[in-house]
Amino acid sequence: MKRANDLLLKAVIKVAVLIILTFSINLFFSGHHHPGGGFIGGLGVSAALILLFLTYDIETVTENLPFDFKIMGAIGVLIAVGTGMGSFLFNAPFLSQTYGYFHLPVFGETELATALLFDLGVALAVIGSSVTIILSISEDE
Amino acid sequence: MFELLMLGSIVMLVLTILACLYRVWKGPSMPDRIQALDTIGITLVAGVAIFSVLNRTHAFLEVILIIGILSFIGTIAFARSLERGVVIERKRVE
Repeated sequence: MKRANDLLLKAVIKVAVLIILTFSINLFFSGHHHPGGGFIGGLGVSAALILLFLTYDIETVTENLPFDFKIMGAIGVLIAVGTGMGSFLFNAPFLSQTYGYFHLPVFGETELATALLFDLGVALAVIGSSVTIILSISEDE
Repeated sequence: MFELLMLGSIVMLVLTILACLYRVWKGPSMPDRIQALDTIGITLVAGVAIFSVLNRTHAFLEVILIIGILSFIGTIAFARSLERGVVIERKRVE
């Protein structure tokens, strides 16, 4: 079969993936005080990855992003459970959180919360599981 | 008066979604259905925008971006599946 030339799709996707990744990082970090968080940030990243898989093919994308998405999901669940268990070290109930204000060189006075680590684990688990689901249901017979 | 106008336009958008749903259900060919689904996504974006104008809040603007991204991905996936028969290709074809 003659291969169609999808130059327009490739040119648009190269810009759109950058915008979607930036927006999902913004959603991930704004989850503490505004709408957003780890789950929807991870879904944004996996939407960008699925756009790349649609435009190019599995071989090209996995050459340039050499991650095993199953292992990524497992690491995410491990981080999320680990931050939950970490509160036992300070004699606190499971999944309790705290925050503090620190002086960072570039950002100035910044609020750092331990809920961000839990959100990072949730985001990695969401990226790993959704990309694994999409890749396995798109496989041939 | 202003709220009445906004509520009237929300009713109009609901009528548009109903017309698009009729096209999805009835549509003679597959591209008609895909176009109708894309139009439903755009109408949802407009509805969320009017809703946030009505409530004078900007908490729903991220919802607009997410709906836009998901509708874009859905349209591209449907179009690929119509044109090539396969959504995600496995090997690189030169």
